Amino acid sequence: MSRAGKIARRTFLIGSAAIAGGVAFGVVAYKRPHANPLLDDLQDGEAALTPYVLIRPEGITLITPRADLGQGAYHVQAALLAEELDVDLADVTIDPGPPSPAYYNTALSGDAAPFPATDTGFMAETTRAVLDAPMKFLGVQITGGSTTVPDSYEKLRRAGAMARETLKEAAAQDTGTPRADLTTKTGAVILPDGTRLPYTDLAAKAAQIDPVEDVSPRAPANWQLLGQPMQRVDILAKSTGTQDYGIDLEMEGLIHAAVRTNPAMGGEMLGFDATQAETMRGVEKVVPITGGVGVLANNTWRAFQAVQAIKVEWGPAPYPADQADHWAKLEQSFTADAQDSQYKNEGDVDAALDTARVIDAEYRAPYLAHAPLEPINATVRVTDSRADVWTGTQIPRFVQDNVAEITGLNAEEVHVHVLMMGGSFGHRLEDMVVRQATELAMQAKGRPVKLTYSREEDISHDFPRQIAMARGRGAVANGRVTACDLGIAMPSVMGSQMGRQGLPIAGPDLQIVAGAWDQPFAIPHYRVTGYRAEGLPPISSWRSVGASSNGFFHDSFLDELIHAAGADPLEERLRLCNHAPSRKVLEAVGEMSNWGAPLGENQGRGVAYCLSFGVPCAEVIEVTQTEDGLRLDKAFVAAEVGRVLDPVNFENQVQGGLIWGLGHAMMGEITFAEGRTEQQNFDTYPFLRQYQCPEIKVRGLENGASVRGVGEPPVPPAAPALANAIFAATGKRLRDMPFNKQVDFL
Amino acid sequence: MQLSIDGTTHELDVEPDMPLLWVLRDELGLKGVKYGCGIAQCGACTVQIDGQAVRSCQVMAGDVWGEVTTIHGLGSPETLHAVQAAWVAHQVAQCGYCQSGQITAAAALLAEVPNPTDTDIDDALSGNLCRCGTYPRIRAAVKTAAKKLQEG
Repeated sequence: MSRAGKIARRTFLIGSAAIAGGVAFGVVAYKRPHANPLLDDLQDGEAALTPYVLIRPEGITLITPRADLGQGAYHVQAALLAEELDVDLADVTIDPGPPSPAYYNTALSGDAAPFPATDTGFMAETTRAVLDAPMKFLGVQITGGSTTVPDSYEKLRRAGAMARETLKEAAAQDTGTPRADLTTKTGAVILPDGTRLPYTDLAAKAAQIDPVEDVSPRAPANWQLLGQPMQRVDILAKSTGTQDYGIDLEMEGLIHAAVRTNPAMGGEMLGFDATQAETMRGVEKVVPITGGVGVLANNTWRAFQAVQAIKVEWGPAPYPADQADHWAKLEQSFTADAQDSQYKNEGDVDAALDTARVIDAEYRAPYLAHAPLEPINATVRVTDSRADVWTGTQIPRFVQDNVAEITGLNAEEVHVHVLMMGGSFGHRLEDMVVRQATELAMQAKGRPVKLTYSREEDISHDFPRQIAMARGRGAVANGRVTACDLGIAMPSVMGSQMGRQGLPIAGPDLQIVAGAWDQPFAIPHYRVTGYRAEGLPPISSWRSVGASSNGFFHDSFLDELIHAAGADPLEERLRLCNHAPSRKVLEAVGEMSNWGAPLGENQGRGVAYCLSFGVPCAEVIEVTQTEDGLRLDKAFVAAEVGRVLDPVNFENQVQGGLIWGLGHAMMGEITFAEGRTEQQNFDTYPFLRQYQCPEIKVRGLENGASVRGVGEPPVPPAAPALANAIFAATGKRLRDMPFNKQVDFL
Repeated sequence: MQLSIDGTTHELDVEPDMPLLWVLRDELGLKGVKYGCGIAQCGACTVQIDGQAVRSCQVMAGDVWGEVTTIHGLGSPETLHAVQAAWVAHQVAQCGYCQSGQITAAAALLAEVPNPTDTDIDDALSGNLCRCGTYPRIRAAVKTAAKKLQEG
């Protein structure tokens, strides 16, 4: 990495503090585009017209740099390019491409600014633009924050259009026909007489001319592909067992590996005895690694068995050993000293709460594992001159730098090959597995080493979702909510996560209050304060991040206040809501669920709303109290995304997000005892199953100004909608997740 | 030992207590069969033995009692099984990692119960975890496949 790059990595602040440090800094200087990485390896007759389109005589490749975790990112990126390029997705190759600063994520910085997504004023937009400069400078290529669609929507359509017009220009120069008289269809330029000139034949010429940059993407009314149901490019493979994931990688000479690291995350390995393991069938080598020990063997199961047979002495946890002490850390954080932010402070909250009858409530959300069904894994091969990494990752550039540091190679000598992921939910924003596989591969130079975590190793080193607590105080008068004061305490997920990548974060962490401070409600006296708890275990972004806990806190407390006021839950939310697209999602779920229609005796209906990742999302859940427990009958979701690019995948993502939110509200938590997670597998860390899944109706609204991603926004409203429904059905108010510690479900 | 898998007999030299899952994946390269938990909690490793859905992580190689059918034996991208075709039509998969197990379990259900009720589907498929939350589409696809199979 260049000197400037090193300095930037050390000193740059990603997150809200970048405003303080970054405003004056080089928006203009760093506005130059990054070099196109595809130009490095081009052969004669090949053209890389933008970093996203590679045309060779043998075929067309679309580069889809945002990782596919199951959310359909490859498909939507390819469709955005294909819509403009006029190629059939069945005829092209889709490749995630090399890690490159050219693929930095624009949309991520937009959401790092401390302005609610509903604020499109001058200060908000200026800050977002300024934050984009350091993101581009650092070349942060991250998949996360539901940003693939907002990041790609303009960029990839423009890239497709540029490639198309450049190919047309090449054809124009070859044939003498003006570019304006040419059209394109299914991978070819069409001359006025109908002659087809395949793009692949035009590549050599196109590579020699300046790209046509004066293009504007087609109007949605003219779309052929986007906005209509499409068959996902990976659906056939994923329906036949022929989709290969990282865990399925095979290659000549591959060694299987397993590790055990200190079950107290980050604790030391003090010593080990591998006498028995070394004699076990298939074991090649036992290797100490940072914080633990690994086994190289000729079969995954043999490696698992052998690593379990090693006797290891572990050091203590670098955080409180027992769960009660973790909660105590949060309880002690509601202080002025630990205050992290107070972005919302309207009216005179103290005065309003001094005079009125005050409603108090306290809420808790536990640690949760990401636990994607494909256990994390990485294959690494190290030689004296290069390293290759094959893995499912959302952070390929960080992986590249970290492997370079471990091996002593230059980053350019580290080749990261991103593979399809069997889920992530934020888990693959961590790269510890790659670092460990690299350490192992250094002990078997020249041979690929595939490290597969056992499920137990994975859940116990998951870098879980934050634990969080909220304390609400509020007031009501004349049937209305008049005051809401919400304090939220949690550890900083951004601090923990980016700290592991050597990027110190200064200033407040927006995630501590995300999904609470930025909600569009005109409550006269309204305050949201974030408190930062220190000294807890490492944590990481979990589908919807801060909003996954805060959406529950904020909307549950609002629901309590509305009930105290004696108002209708939907009507009062609508009355308080001061954001037109958000009102429309609330109205939509009201209509979809036939809100207000009578229910049976043991039934209840709850509504919840949360704005997260720029997407207003409202949900209604209906439950029945049966003799055997609570049954989830129906769920209704309305989400505002600006434009639905793929209706099938949209519905699938929204259903999945809702189920994710419901399942983790109902059951499952990670707790610590003696520094270790008490849960290691799906027997003690359960999740919603087929028989528990409600019927789900989904509606996408397109009233908003910007196009947004929907992987995360359906998660935050799910828990409060369910809790509010259970309250309506049973009169029992649930303030702690998981709910099955207080009520029974079928 | 000898194992018959997807219509082919394999001669294997493995420990009798190696789970069938790892024989299939690491010894025979049948990677469509997935490892998810190793303790019969997730169903990603589901295969059929003599038509019955079983968790291959819990069947030791030495205990296999019949003909093993994996996701690869049900059909291929060129020759889809009716259940696989329904999975494509409904675009069930998100990450797709659990779907081999879901499809294999669904095919075993439909072979036994041609016209399953919602309760039959719950009973047969609740052992198969999907962290992406594709349950509504799985249910719909099973019903489509049942209809298709009954029509012949």
